[in-house]
Amino acid sequence: MLRRASGLLARPILAARARPFSTDLPAAQTADATFVEAWKKVIPNMDPPKTPLSFMQPRPPTPSSIPSKLTVNFVLPYASELATKEVDMVIVPATTGQMGILPGHVATIAELKPGVLSVHEGSDVTKYFISSGFVFIHANSFADIIAVEAMPLDQIDASLVQKGLADFTQKLSSATTDLEKAEGQIGIDVHSALNSALTG
Amino acid sequence: MASNAAVPFWRTAGMTYITYSNICANLVRNCLKEPYKTEALSREKVHFSISKWTNGKPEKPTIRSDSSEE
Repeated sequence: MLRRASGLLARPILAARARPFSTDLPAAQTADATFVEAWKKVIPNMDPPKTPLSFMQPRPPTPSSIPSKLTVNFVLPYASELATKEVDMVIVPATTGQMGILPGHVATIAELKPGVLSVHEGSDVTKYFISSGFVFIHANSFADIIAVEAMPLDQIDASLVQKGLADFTQKLSSATTDLEKAEGQIGIDVHSALNSALTG
Repeated sequence: MASNAAVPFWRTAGMTYITYSNICANLVRNCLKEPYKTEALSREKVHFSISKWTNGKPEKPTIRSDSSEE
């Protein structure tokens, strides 16, 4: 009986591999229907165990017309800044440049560089400085922005930024190994981004 | 498979993305204003005990409290 159970469990996994991109999925189910039916046939007296699917909130389906608001989840490792907040637009600092995300944006995964994230809601604009991270835009106008470190611009100290920029410029010019050069370059990139965030 | 995008400079220098991302985060944290800076530094402290194993037995554990400086 245990061997059959492992065979039954294998079937839903095979079905998952055949799916196309995860950003294109229709509404996700809350319980694995085939697993539950198969369980009931073999072990009718016990309740089927809950699979991870039933613990997750289902992904809202991609609506047929473009929604009017973009739903943003902005998370950090230690806090959730914005959780399913409905906004008009966000501008993220992608490695390919400032990217504006409006409702109905095509599904995209973008890597972020150190820069300013601005959240536009009506006429309010909230700006955060992000150290680096990723943004996942789903077809149903949900955007997940994940960053390692982010803070509002007024928490940044301009004199420390200038000092850091000078330090790293000096470090880059005196660097010998590739790794030191890379670290120097990273320092310069981050501090110049901080600088333009404070002045821009 | 040919390289599709230009390889970032830190990758050619042998650094992984996680190292790059952590370095960026540390640099940004060091540029914070005072009350936020101490909170951020305490947030990233790790405190753990290490014991080396030799001949299948653990030696006496040592306790380390690292903050996020490299």
